[in-house]
Order: sequence, then structure tokens, then C-alpha cells
Amino acid sequence: MNQLALAIPWLGKRNPAAARWVVIALALAAPLIAVLFGKTWVRILDFAMLYVMLAIGLNLVVGFAGLLDLGYIAFYAVGAYTFAFLASPHFDIHLPFWLVLPAGAGFAALAGIILGLPTLRLRGDYLAIVTLGFGEIVRIFLNNLNHPINITNGPQGINMVDPLVLFGWDISQGLQIGESFKINSLFLYYYVFLAFVVLSIILVQRLQISRIGRAWAAIRDDELAAKAIGINTRNMKLLAFSLGATFGGVSGGLFAAFQGFVSPESFSLMESIAVLTMIVFGGMGNLAGVIVGALALTALPEILRYVAVPVQQALFDRVILDPEVLRMLLLSLAMIFMMLLRPSGLIPAYSRYSRPELVVGKESSGEAAK
Amino acid sequence: METLLQQTVNGLVVGSVYALVALGYTMVYGILGLINFAHGDVLMIGALVALEAIRLIQLYAPDLGLIPTLLGGLGVSVIVCMALGYTIERTAYRRLRNAPRLAPLITAIGVSFLLQTLAMIIWGRNYHTFPQLVSTTPLEPVAGVFITPVQIAILVVSATLMVALLLLVNKTRLGRAMRATAENHKVASLMGVDTNKIIAATFIIGSALAAVAGVMFSSNYGIAHYAMGFMPGLKAFTAAVLGGIGNLGGAMLGGLLLGLVESIGAGYIEDMSFGFLNSSYQDIFAFVILGIVLIFRPTGLLGERVADRA
Repeated sequence: MNQLALAIPWLGKRNPAAARWVVIALALAAPLIAVLFGKTWVRILDFAMLYVMLAIGLNLVVGFAGLLDLGYIAFYAVGAYTFAFLASPHFDIHLPFWLVLPAGAGFAALAGIILGLPTLRLRGDYLAIVTLGFGEIVRIFLNNLNHPINITNGPQGINMVDPLVLFGWDISQGLQIGESFKINSLFLYYYVFLAFVVLSIILVQRLQISRIGRAWAAIRDDELAAKAIGINTRNMKLLAFSLGATFGGVSGGLFAAFQGFVSPESFSLMESIAVLTMIVFGGMGNLAGVIVGALALTALPEILRYVAVPVQQALFDRVILDPEVLRMLLLSLAMIFMMLLRPSGLIPAYSRYSRPELVVGKESSGEAAK
Repeated sequence: METLLQQTVNGLVVGSVYALVALGYTMVYGILGLINFAHGDVLMIGALVALEAIRLIQLYAPDLGLIPTLLGGLGVSVIVCMALGYTIERTAYRRLRNAPRLAPLITAIGVSFLLQTLAMIIWGRNYHTFPQLVSTTPLEPVAGVFITPVQIAILVVSATLMVALLLLVNKTRLGRAMRATAENHKVASLMGVDTNKIIAATFIIGSALAAVAGVMFSSNYGIAHYAMGFMPGLKAFTAAVLGGIGNLGGAMLGGLLLGLVESIGAGYIEDMSFGFLNSSYQDIFAFVILGIVLIFRPTGLLGERVADRA
């Protein structure tokens, strides 16, 4: 819980209890505040929650275990497509989500192990390139597996994915209270996603201070030394890959249900990079940091969208930088300047178990000096 | 048999473009131990700048012949890319030279996407047709193999450049300084080598090669696009790893081999997989080769001295 307080740096240090309550209140009230600016903002908030889950999962791999994974979005894709296969008219299978979501998570974990096994010996930049290749291979297959047998329906993607149904209650229909009052499904999705996020946070936090988390930190800081003190680096790395992938898979399944539609386009390299930027921006290895990073980098482009476009229209009578370009610009600049100016992120990891300067910091280690 | 020969020729042409780009990766990696992620995007900028320059030349000097126009465009793009390469090194990488290795890699990814975004802002999202200044109509077939003038030009130009680069690195003062810096920064600077200058020179040379490769790539396929640098960049990196990263001869060999595997593989993949896969899976070859090489022989075919970096 202390990490929750860290999300508000000024208050967090002086009065952690107050900061904690502020964070909880904000999390609960967020959609109610967002709706004041329009319903799209609640939708953006829902997506932000999915990105938070992705960031938490990727942080497990990159921040805790120090394995730079540039193909992370492939696990998101595995989760989303599993959901779409098992709960849509595409194969005419409609399994309930409490079966489909774990299946997606399981397949994603399996994909994590498949990626992890051959790359165990690779470190740093080589690992990054191979994982990038893995992500691209998954995308190429999704794009082309529509013939000779139609499995993924190719670039068109799969439509009409079933929404989340909790105990026979379809939450995409909203909640009717009395005659006149109806809670929009966007709100309901937000709270469902929030529940998943909270669960992930608790899980990851416990994991970080457990034996496994300490083993990961040891591997990240010095793999050889970790091996020497008896850590089974192979199993620990595989565990990091598969657990990280699980979060991606769950998030992907939720995405498919929420969006009602999946296509290879949503799983491009740009998305992997976006999630990586979120954790770099927020503070690699620090849970509060990556959550803030994910929220900030989901919301900022959207804010820019609603500010920059009208401003440009007023100034130049046309839109020079469309929102998608702005998003890419923002992400790439965030990545470059964060590394140059504040390499440990907005909220650096202070915990006993994370030494960010060894992952990305100014101090040089022996290896990097070469 | 004719298919095989034809695909071999195509593979050599594509492969020599990969080889030129791979040289840039391998030089930078040899000296800094950094994967210059943005290298593929320098290729893209090279192609698009050349396109713009050629358009301008055709507008203001329409009487200039085809080849001088192309050379003019090429010259402009080489100069712009050299400046770009220097700027990238100076602003983004130099400050991180002593940082742990993930930091410059992440910055490099950022630079790559920044270049793509800037290109998207300047040139838009559309595919541009690249003027076919060297003919792409095939000549008379020799032994059933068709080859176009532009393909011949690519082979000749890239062979010349590779020989020139080898001479530069092995015979000149600058080349010796580059080799010394790659061997050991500190000792090289103690011996009076201005390592900052040498590293900048490496980036400049690599970017110039990438610009030439970009123009050749676009001339061959007749298109230019803001995201065109990604795939050739990745494949060239694969080529560099395949040949042994840090090794110039290895990059050339790796490039040619990758080009051959890719185009011969694309020709036969449908038969090999009983019609299940087709040539749209062509891009997978590079990744699979990369994975196999890194797992079984991380030093590459000709590499020897970077085993500990894998």
C-alpha cells in the first residue's frame, strides 16, 4: 500500500495515509469526473485501465527481471484473439467469459514460454530485437491466416465479439435502476477493469517482495552473481516471461470484449513501443510509476487531440498535425528526453528490491563501459 | 531451374541493398556496442529527400538528363543524411555513451519513431511514386533470366561502395583510428585518437551508405513511404548479426545471404508448405534466421570477438 501513496509524491512522503485515501477516492470517482467532459472521456479511461494492466505486466518483465521485451503486444494479441475465437460468431462458439479469459491468459503464458525458451541466453539489445521479431511474426500470421483455411479472418479481423456477461447479466447493456435512471456500460466496464487492475497491483506487489521478486532483481542486477548464489536463472526468467505475458493475455481478453472487435491493426509494433514508453516514462521497476506513466501517456494524447486540433484550425484554418501523429510525436519525444534527462522516470523506484540505476541510470556499470 | 536462377539474381540485388545498410549497423555496433535502431529510418529519409530533390530538379532544370538528375538527387540525400546521422549521434547518443546499455537502446527506438513521425508530417501517409530514372524494363533474357538496368546499377554501385569502404577502413588513417576505437576506446584516446570525432565519422559514413541504399531501394521498387525504413532496417540488422556483428566482411556476406534466402524462399514457400503458406510470409524468413543465428551461433558466421556481448 505504501507504493499507492508514492503516486502522489508531495503528499505521499509527508502523510502516506492521506495520500492513500486520495488515490483510492480518485480511482473510484474518476469516471464521474471524466463524464463531465463528455462520454468519450470515460471510454478513454477504460482504455487507460487496459494500458495500466499492460504496463504492469511489461514492467514485470522489463523493470523487475531486466529483460527488454519489444514484442509484448503479441501477448495482448493472443489474449484478444483467444477471446474472439471462443466467444464470437466467427466459429460460432460462445463460451462464458470466466472460461475464456483464463484460457486467453493461459495461451498468453504459453506464448511467453515459447518466446522465453529459445531466448534464455540472450541479453539486452539482442533480446530486444528477437522479441520484436516475435511480435512481428505473430502479427504477420494474424494478418495472413485467412487462407487456405480461414482462422483469423485476416486484416478484417473478427467482429461481434461477445461482451462481458457477469452471472447472466450483460454489462454492455448498462444497468437500469428504476424507470428513468440508467448507468452506461462504459462506467460498468471501468469498474470491472479497475477491479482487475487492483487485483494485478496486489499480486505484483506481493510478488515483488517475495522470493521470486528478489530473484528477479538479482538476475537483473547481475545475472552471473545470481546464478552463483544458487538462483535458477532459467526458471526465473521463464517465469517472468510467462507471468508478464499472463497480464497481457487478460488485458487482451478484456479489450476484445470491450471493443467487440479485434483486428491485427491493434497489435502493431507501435503499441509495444507505446507500452514500453509508458513504463520508461513513469519509472521502470516501480509500480506506482508505471501506473502513472500509463495513465499519463494514454490521457495526454487525447487531451492534445481535443486541444491541438481546434487550435490548429483556428490558427491555420486546417489540421496540420492530426491526433495520431501527435501521439507518435509525444511518445517518441517522451522516450528520448526521459532517457537523456531523467533516466529513472517520473517516480523512480526507491524500494529496497529495485535499484533503477542499474537498469537505466547515470552510473556506469562495468559491462556498459565497454 | 529458371525460377531458381531468376530468384538468385533478385536475391543478390536485394541482398546488396541489405548489405549496404548492414554495414552501417555493424560499424556502429563494432565501435559503440549500440544497435542504432534509427538506421533504417535514415534510409527512409534518404529515399524521401532524394525524391524531393529529384522533383525540384525536374521542375527547375527539366533539360538535365535522367542520370544527372538521379545523381543530383542522390547527392542531396547523401549530404542530408550525413548531417542527420551526425545530429542523431551528437544529440541523442553521445550523452548516454557511458550509461547502462538499455538506456541508449530505448533512446534509439525513440529516435527511430521520431524520424518516422517527422517524415509523416512532411511527406504525409501516402505512398509516393519514385521516378524511374534508370529503366526498370528487363533487358533481353540471358539463359532465361530477366535483369533490369536498375538492378545492374544497384549491383555495380553497391559493389563499388563496399570495396571503397573496405579500403577506407583498412588502408587509411581514419580507418585505422576507427579500428583502434572499436578495439578499445580508452586506449585509442590515450594513443591520440580523438574518439568523439571517430564515432561521429562512423555515424556519418553509415548514414551516407544508408542514403544510397534508400535511393536504390526506392528506384528498384518505384515507391517511397514514411515507414519504408523499418523492414529493410530490421533485415539489414539480421544480416549484420548473421555475418557476425562488428565485422565488415560479415555484414556484406550476411546481406547477400539473407537476400538469397529470402527471395529463393519466397519463390518456393508455397510448394514447401503444401500451399498453406505463401509469399506474404516472406518477411518471416529474416526473423527466423535471426533467431536461429542468435541461439546457435551468436557470433555469426564470421564474427569472433563479440561472444560476451550476445
